[in-house]
Amino acid sequence: MKKNLKYNAIWLGIAVLGWVLINVFEGVGIIDQFAENTLVLIGINIILATGLNLIIGFSGQFSLGHAGFMALGAYAAALVTQAIPTEGGFVLGTVIGMLLAGVVALIIGIPTLRLKGDYLAIATMGAAEIIRIILVNLKITNGPAGLYGLPQLANWSLVYILVVVTTIFTVNFIHSRNGRAILSVREDEIAAESMGINTTKFKVAAFVFGGMTAAIGGALHANYIQTIAPNDFGIMESINILIIVVMGGIGSMTGTFAAAALLGILDMILQGFGALRMVLYSLALILIMIFRPKGLLGTWEFSVKRLFNRNKKKAKEGA
Amino acid sequence: MAVLLDVKDLTKNFGGLAAVSDVNMHLDDNELVALIGPNGAGKTTLFNLITGQTVPSAGSISLRTNNEGMQVLNGKKPYKIADMGLARTFQNIRLFKGLSVLDNVLISMTSKNKEGFISSLFRLPSFYKVEDRLRKEALDLLAIFHMEDMAETIASNMPYGAQRRLEIIRALATKPKILFLDEPAAGMNPEETAALTATIRQIQQEFGITVLLIEHDMSLVMNVAERIYVLQYGKLLAEGTPQEIQANQAVVDAYLGGGV
Repeated sequence: MKKNLKYNAIWLGIAVLGWVLINVFEGVGIIDQFAENTLVLIGINIILATGLNLIIGFSGQFSLGHAGFMALGAYAAALVTQAIPTEGGFVLGTVIGMLLAGVVALIIGIPTLRLKGDYLAIATMGAAEIIRIILVNLKITNGPAGLYGLPQLANWSLVYILVVVTTIFTVNFIHSRNGRAILSVREDEIAAESMGINTTKFKVAAFVFGGMTAAIGGALHANYIQTIAPNDFGIMESINILIIVVMGGIGSMTGTFAAAALLGILDMILQGFGALRMVLYSLALILIMIFRPKGLLGTWEFSVKRLFNRNKKKAKEGA
Repeated sequence: MAVLLDVKDLTKNFGGLAAVSDVNMHLDDNELVALIGPNGAGKTTLFNLITGQTVPSAGSISLRTNNEGMQVLNGKKPYKIADMGLARTFQNIRLFKGLSVLDNVLISMTSKNKEGFISSLFRLPSFYKVEDRLRKEALDLLAIFHMEDMAETIASNMPYGAQRRLEIIRALATKPKILFLDEPAAGMNPEETAALTATIRQIQQEFGITVLLIEHDMSLVMNVAERIYVLQYGKLLAEGTPQEIQANQAVVDAYLGGGV
């Protein structure tokens, strides 16, 4: 118990240190407005990709509909903050978006999660497309033009805090009895069922959890960029999130962080190349997949606990 | 001894093929029973029917429960049946390959130690308490089978015999009333088989549970089984003690071919 407290305290220290560092860099001018913009987008991508990694990497269900849940969060937050342009409005909008995404994930998940592999991918892609079409056709969402002039309530501090919070919740969820049950579904569904695991329940749980965190990412996106349109949440956005997960390593949260950061920075650097930008970006993706087919980090995870034990071992050997 | 599991007129048709037809069998408390028969006799199908992976076409399976008397298992989901006390291993090993030995065992303990969503997200003190207790229980269970040193090994990196043993341990971790072993000695050398024989006896005695075993290795079957059921073409051919089965002409014909 005390030991666990120690590791948790170290993690908290790392999180606070990161926040302070970014603040200092901003103060001395290393991080300018443009870099801060990149930082926020990286943060939002981390929130989206950790949720998708939970679904794909840990429960083993291949979903291509993540942008749909992101859209629900974005529109809920946008509509509420248009009416109540305060921090409270943002919180309310985000919570409504999360609940909405959770309910929709439940409705989509129960019938589609019976499918496997490519079939599930197509079904979830279709579900996300349905969400997009609904957003195009509703009056309240202002159709294909989308919503603009939204209050900028999200800043990098808020994004940073929400990245930390969602990551802690996601990782805690994975490293629990429920999380182990989710892993067993990925490893062998038939064996899991024979060991008393309600596989449908855990698959849907991971899907709903991932959908709800995507809504947070969407809400931040809406209130940072200040304009949203249904086409922002099409299949390409789902694939962008998927690229982060695959590149970082399916089943590695550390990898998701690394890939989101790397791709964000790459995108920022390539801004200067104009039309060549997308070509170079794609080329970089191809090269990474050729040389690291299992993603940057495979299934490797950074662990404070392991680091400590290793250092202890080294100290012992040295003595 | 009281009947623990009662199978009546169990039938399974796959299209026109009756894989299992009108099978009647029963398992009593703390019994060690073997199920034998030539390849394709329907032994594994029978296992799948009882443990719920396959839905029976006709007949009934009922299990004695502690407070609700005999309960019909037909149509229940496999995880419900597992929760009621039927655990199994698989003919072709189905471990959670990419996970550690300890995790494999811990996963089996999940259904009897459910946790709230909130307590797992917020890491309340109760989370660590239960987690520590389960860890200890799992390590104790591994220690009984001399596998505690391998706790952190990834399951697929272990030798074949150890993987088979882990599958049995994982099934035992669900705290079953009946353990179904599907060809536990398949692919083992005589030494490993002898060790397995001892293990199966040990399970019956230390855990006080009933074991039903599918096996082709007759030395193992005749050694450990108290009763034997023989299945051929999906039908029950004979039932009796090892001595009775060895003396049964129909069984000998089934294995060696009739009219020899």
